[in-house]
Amino acid sequence: MTGIAIAGAAESELGEVGGVRPADLMVQAARRALADAGLASAEVDGVFAATSQLPMAPLSLAEELDLRGVRYTDGTQIGGSSPLAHLDHARAAIGAGLCEVALVAYGSTQRSAGRGSIPAEVSDWEAPYRPMLPVAAYALAAARHMHEFGTSREELAEVAVAARAWAREPGNERAWSRGPLSVADVLASPLVCDPLSVRDCCLVTDGGGALVVVSAARARTLRQPPVHVLGVATAHSHRHISAMPDLVRTAAAQSGARAFAEAGLSPADVEAAELYDAFTITPILFLEDLGFCEKGEGGAFVAGGRIAPGGALPVNTNGGGLSYGHPGMYGLTLLVEAVRQVRAGRDVVLAHGNGGVLSSQCTALLGSEAALS
Amino acid sequence: MRGETPPAERFAELCREHRLGYQQGPDGPRFPPVLGGGPWADSAGAGTVYATTTVRRRGEEPHDLSLIELDEGFRMMSRVEGAPPAKVRIGLRVGLAWTGDNPPLPVFRLAP
Repeated sequence: MTGIAIAGAAESELGEVGGVRPADLMVQAARRALADAGLASAEVDGVFAATSQLPMAPLSLAEELDLRGVRYTDGTQIGGSSPLAHLDHARAAIGAGLCEVALVAYGSTQRSAGRGSIPAEVSDWEAPYRPMLPVAAYALAAARHMHEFGTSREELAEVAVAARAWAREPGNERAWSRGPLSVADVLASPLVCDPLSVRDCCLVTDGGGALVVVSAARARTLRQPPVHVLGVATAHSHRHISAMPDLVRTAAAQSGARAFAEAGLSPADVEAAELYDAFTITPILFLEDLGFCEKGEGGAFVAGGRIAPGGALPVNTNGGGLSYGHPGMYGLTLLVEAVRQVRAGRDVVLAHGNGGVLSSQCTALLGSEAALS
Repeated sequence: MRGETPPAERFAELCREHRLGYQQGPDGPRFPPVLGGGPWADSAGAGTVYATTTVRRRGEEPHDLSLIELDEGFRMMSRVEGAPPAKVRIGLRVGLAWTGDNPPLPVFRLAP
């Protein structure tokens, strides 16, 4: 597989950005990522974008950036993991010679515009029972995990508490939620869908992000030290929660195994992990399915601050979707943070995206120049 | 010219007769049904709670939401009625019940 690297990465304005459209934030992030890479928009010949609010996001991106030389277009929409799938597809396109400078971008105004701005896809087989989606789906998985493995609400809460502790770290001033948070605070917050409380659920914010992806060789000629894509893989198991084969085993087991195999690495090599945390149960499932611990041991793995600052494995080092920001879909924010971690000196960082209701899973291993040798 | 009856329409027809339909696919029981998914069969309506949550919408009474594993070997979303949501637990046995009439909706009750 052709070696590719992330040459530019940036976020748009975040939080509550009133008066802008989703495309504004996507374009703002794209311009910043291109500036970060030291490339002009005229050099972009591949566009990759998906956002719930813009059904033809790649077209909006190209129109508003005045891109005239686009040869390759990908609007893969598999939920929050989509930007990681775009990275996967950008590698294939660059490898096949279909484009040279791939722009992956995202933008959402979900906080300002409200959930009504997202077209709802209703399953005939679920809608009569009035599931509150997506939280109800993740609550069902959490309940099943508690039943099978004895995972506790305290252990779920540890994920939110660790995320908040990261958000409070210096360098994470852009995080939306930076006030103190304890396990007791999480347990005392109102239940939304048992066993998940308000503080077990991610934020709803506005925001956008973008990556510039090129061949590793090209990246070495650009402004930033390359962040190499050591391995990347996508897997999915269902669309609706009622069709998920096993609620405590996700397709991250497949995407993770393929990404690690390609990179020739194992979980022991990972210096930080950015794990899609739409709800506190998700990092627990992904730590297990990606091989950081055995199935069923995720609750114990996160307990006692082990994924918090100073813990054994840094997880969600910006504060995650739970405390940093979750603009509708968190995949691009997560990738930007993984890039930031590699640039800050970590050699191997894992980025894992989740989409739908534990439906799509994408794993990427990003690394420094040293990680290639 | 229309071929096979769309699955949602066929399912609703069966519900009007208080029959819980599923399909016998090449890889085993299939739910929800799909076009070309295989011949239809009726479930006996006995099953087990596979996963459950209590949905709490602001300004509404909390209600149960469960995934039910039917003894025939398929799983469906439904709700358990006739008991407080907190009494619905994973692993409990349930039986099919019907509510409403346009068409009747399959729900479940805790087995006695």
